[in-house]
Amino acid sequence: MSSPQYIEERPFKVIVAKIGLDGHDRGAKVIARALKDAGFEVVYTGIRQTPEQVARAAVEEDADVIGISILSGAHIHHIQRLMEKLKEMGADDIPVVVGGTIPVIDVDKLKELGVKDVFLPGESLRRITDVIRTLAEERRRKVRLL
Amino acid sequence: MSLNNSELAVLLDKARRGDLRATGKLLTIMEDPYRLPPEFFDMVASQAGRAHVIGVTGIPGAGKSTLISRLIPELRRRGARVAVIAIDPTSPISGGALLGDRLRMQDHAMDPGVFIRSVSTRGLKGGLSLAALSMIELFDALGYEKILVETVGVGQAEVDIMSAAHTILVVTMPGVGDDVQALKAGVMEIGDIYVLNKSDLPDAQKAYEYLSFALDKGELGSYDSGWTPKLFKVSAVMGQGMAELADAIDEHASYIRSIGLARLKVASRRLTLIRLMSERMLTVAVEEEFKRVKAELEAKALKAKGILAEASEVARRACKNLDNLPPT
Repeated sequence: MSSPQYIEERPFKVIVAKIGLDGHDRGAKVIARALKDAGFEVVYTGIRQTPEQVARAAVEEDADVIGISILSGAHIHHIQRLMEKLKEMGADDIPVVVGGTIPVIDVDKLKELGVKDVFLPGESLRRITDVIRTLAEERRRKVRLL
Repeated sequence: MSLNNSELAVLLDKARRGDLRATGKLLTIMEDPYRLPPEFFDMVASQAGRAHVIGVTGIPGAGKSTLISRLIPELRRRGARVAVIAIDPTSPISGGALLGDRLRMQDHAMDPGVFIRSVSTRGLKGGLSLAALSMIELFDALGYEKILVETVGVGQAEVDIMSAAHTILVVTMPGVGDDVQALKAGVMEIGDIYVLNKSDLPDAQKAYEYLSFALDKGELGSYDSGWTPKLFKVSAVMGQGMAELADAIDEHASYIRSIGLARLKVASRRLTLIRLMSERMLTVAVEEEFKRVKAELEAKALKAKGILAEASEVARRACKNLDNLPPT
């Protein structure tokens, strides 16, 4: 194992958050842990966040990807609001992924709102980290100062 | 991403006018001043120098993040804009990090006068301190009056960062050891203000007495500036003792201003930055030179020939390569 004094490439920074009145954070924590072990910097904002709080965290942290966990059923409403907020703050270039108990029929609706990928129950951690890495890499390539 | 001065200047201007997205992006750029055009850094620093930098340190689990979260509204009530730099460790195994300090500070997400940024310790040694010092300059330039820097422990990096702070808060809690523990070298020596958090816990009074005894005897705290370190019993979770603590922080700020130490601290944080930045350049040069001659050295190393001599040779050549650095 090498331990360089300076890492030339900044690790990818991912916000992991739970929106709405839903205290079931086991899933979000498993994801946060898996991302950390895969070399990501994970900012975990915890449960019962508002879309405004998550957008603000993503902006302040200059996140590469936002991962939202929702098990309450209110995903369409919250994600719509989150996307609006991100746009308002000039941060709609940050890709958003959603995971949780999402009915299959809502997956396309979420994607229409701009969500890049939706992870349903039973999804492998491997694929989740792979998708998030790919999204982060794409964004870093496109990122502009202004 | 290439950085050019005019774009950076536009970004800085946007950030100054309250564009949080611009501030977030600039912080990322400032994290590694090594890549910055030198003129841009001066542009930022020339607008800085007024903020009150507060270091918050102490053992893991002492409640630093919660304390900061409760301190923020107190500082906001006094009219200050508040920035927080929250530092969490990077895993040496995966290189990843779980930055959880923010979790306890999310109450302030809607307040435009509060900005919270998490940083990981990354490749460490100079890297973290360099990033933190550089980000302090930016927050200061953007007009944040109180900049809180939260860090764990007493490594060299923390000492460098704390050397940049005007006021150092050391946070501890009941039940983490006896009076001898309190006297141990390190974190307990550097505080201007000691905070015994979780004072709602059973052993709080005993811990308070240990600490106040050690303070009275001058065995605890930093007396270099002529300030007498203070001790506060608070409970961040219950929101108790925050006003008194904020008063003490402001009192310390006025004190160091009155003796001219505030300005010296700004100079000292920039000196540290210069030292770390030059270390950074040397390190990169050594790494590059080493990579270049590694194969050649391997044979020599096996034959035990000139092992130490090669070290100075690598160092010399690295310095020579530094002459080819972009002109400043």
